[in-house]
Amino acid sequence: MKYVDEFRDPELGRVLATEILAAVEPGRHYKFMEVCGGHTHSIYKYGVDDLLPANVELVHGPGCPVCVIPMGRVDDGIAVAREPGVIFTCFGDMMRVPGSDGSLLDAKAEGADIRMVYSPLDALRIAKQNPDREVVFFAIGFETTAPSTALTLMRAKAEGVKNFSCICSHVTIVPPLRALLDSPDLRLDGFVGPGHVSTVVGVRPFEFIPAEYGKPIVVAGFEPLDVLQAIRMILVQLAEGRCAVENQYARVVPYEGNQRALEVMAEVFELRPHFEWRGLGFISQSGLKLSDAYAELDAELRFSVPGMRVADPKACQCGEVLKGVIKPWECKVFGTACTPERPIGTCMVSSEGACAAYYNYGRFAREREVV
Amino acid sequence: MSHGAGGKATQSMIEGLFVPAFGSETLRAMGDAGFVEADGVELAMTTDSFVVKPIRFPGGSIGDLAVNGTVNDLAVSGARPLAVSLSLILEEGLAADELKAEVEAIAGAAEAADVHIVAGDTKVVERGAADKMYVCTTGLGRRDPRARMATDAIRPGDRILLSGTIGEHGTAIMLARGEFELDAAIESDTRPLWPVVNALLEETGPSLRCMRDATRGGVASVLNELARASQVAMLVHEAAVPIEPAVAGASELLGIDPMYVANEGKLVAFVAPEAADRALDALRAVPGCERAAEIGEVRTEPPGMVLVETSFGGKRVMDQLVGDPLPRIC
Repeated sequence: MKYVDEFRDPELGRVLATEILAAVEPGRHYKFMEVCGGHTHSIYKYGVDDLLPANVELVHGPGCPVCVIPMGRVDDGIAVAREPGVIFTCFGDMMRVPGSDGSLLDAKAEGADIRMVYSPLDALRIAKQNPDREVVFFAIGFETTAPSTALTLMRAKAEGVKNFSCICSHVTIVPPLRALLDSPDLRLDGFVGPGHVSTVVGVRPFEFIPAEYGKPIVVAGFEPLDVLQAIRMILVQLAEGRCAVENQYARVVPYEGNQRALEVMAEVFELRPHFEWRGLGFISQSGLKLSDAYAELDAELRFSVPGMRVADPKACQCGEVLKGVIKPWECKVFGTACTPERPIGTCMVSSEGACAAYYNYGRFAREREVV
Repeated sequence: MSHGAGGKATQSMIEGLFVPAFGSETLRAMGDAGFVEADGVELAMTTDSFVVKPIRFPGGSIGDLAVNGTVNDLAVSGARPLAVSLSLILEEGLAADELKAEVEAIAGAAEAADVHIVAGDTKVVERGAADKMYVCTTGLGRRDPRARMATDAIRPGDRILLSGTIGEHGTAIMLARGEFELDAAIESDTRPLWPVVNALLEETGPSLRCMRDATRGGVASVLNELARASQVAMLVHEAAVPIEPAVAGASELLGIDPMYVANEGKLVAFVAPEAADRALDALRAVPGCERAAEIGEVRTEPPGMVLVETSFGGKRVMDQLVGDPLPRIC
């Protein structure tokens, strides 16, 4: 595949691996967090970590949109999906996320009309095709997907589609990063910055990481060569005693972001005073809700939702995994009570979740380490 | 729905519910067909049902699938297909033209596969109780004496051969449903596999350990099932797996791993190492199998696991399928 295979070239991978080896200081242990679940997925899918020296450790961050959704929000979604006449739409990964009493997939098997969509526009199309039904879209994701939800809502409003609404669980990337950096149990040497989010927000919002916390961050693409190159760039910064924001993904990410996308988000959404993150607790100004101008499309106002806070299951250590404090397999229920087919925690659900990525792709490596 | 996807949930249901309840010896072997002996003749029997949506798709239809799917289960079990029975469940209101087209497809596929349709039944259910038509089949074959294959016969060192490019059937169905606004010239690979099996048996004889057609759950599911059944590890070289660019592109866009996508005319064969090169040549000489390839080998450790050496040079696990990426594929 043109424009894809070039970024998966094993020969160049080996060259970068050699350069990385040359850039590490022997005897020093490096701990880098890849913020985005897309990176976690790539690292395991392509076996990128096999090409890294043993003293470069990757820690999986909180950037998986499914993983950070708390149980109470899932319960809200299921409650709306069970309302008579509702067609409930969501991304595929969301279907298996456990709420306090089953998942959307369970609700579907019990008769709720729940459909998987690839884009919010698909949900809007379903609404137009079924004018006598209420169609609800369960919107999740960081700034990566928020603009497409915003554009869909703008279109629904402009076209006067009355039977469409949205449960907005969009979140923003900077507040949880700040929360992580303030967390005392985390010692990181640098960050592989989120590529997709940065296509929208740009690179500037991450300037606080070197400025206030003295850590390098390199915004990276999602192909295996992108990830390796970003790691090399972080190591070079450290070797030169610098810390800065750098952009490895310049072929897609402009420094100032995508102004149009930011404008539509600003029109349709406003910040919630606080939002609950799975395992991380409440983080102020980290979630988005529909602005007053779009309140009529807000499913949380149109339907009655429980809106209850549900504590994470005791056995589940998603919070520690999301903060990178423990590795997936260090969780008490990993691979035993919690598996992709019967997940307890969200990290085991999405292909971008650290636990699922590790369970699906990485167990061999761990066994090799253990042996 | 995941219980119908051919992955982990299907396997748990079969191993946890059906085998203990029905537990004949041949059923425990978990082959694609079971064997019964009658006066010294070993007969193979298989049964299948087809619920694909839509019933017609680029490259074939439910009628082709019903015949080919049934004879292929016999063929990969090492049995020459002889006869097929058909049972049609029709939804009230199905257009006569659509029924006629499928009957013709069934007749054509049976002729191409060189089997006779020897028994049949028809039921009609109320509108909405079925989706146009479902087809249930039984296949009867005769065990070929040239090899005795078994799911637990795979040994470390064996080579893994694949008879051609992967993922066409599943991708064709996915695009035919029109849910993704993607357009590509991808046709289902539905075809009878006996000529392929015959060529392999002729060339390798008893060096052929086991075969499977890589239908629901794709090549990945076949490898996982057999790695468990034979308690061996398998290592797949990702770069060696043949795939059409259009299928690779569609999978990339949709975030689906083509190793898990259904095929309806591809088999995976496990061959003793000394016979692997000859087997591959024999495969490639069969029309339609020109892109057959050796995709990996069988190892000892870790038993029951399938590993992939990625094109990028790393290694990872290729697990059983969880959930159902696409229901009603066949």
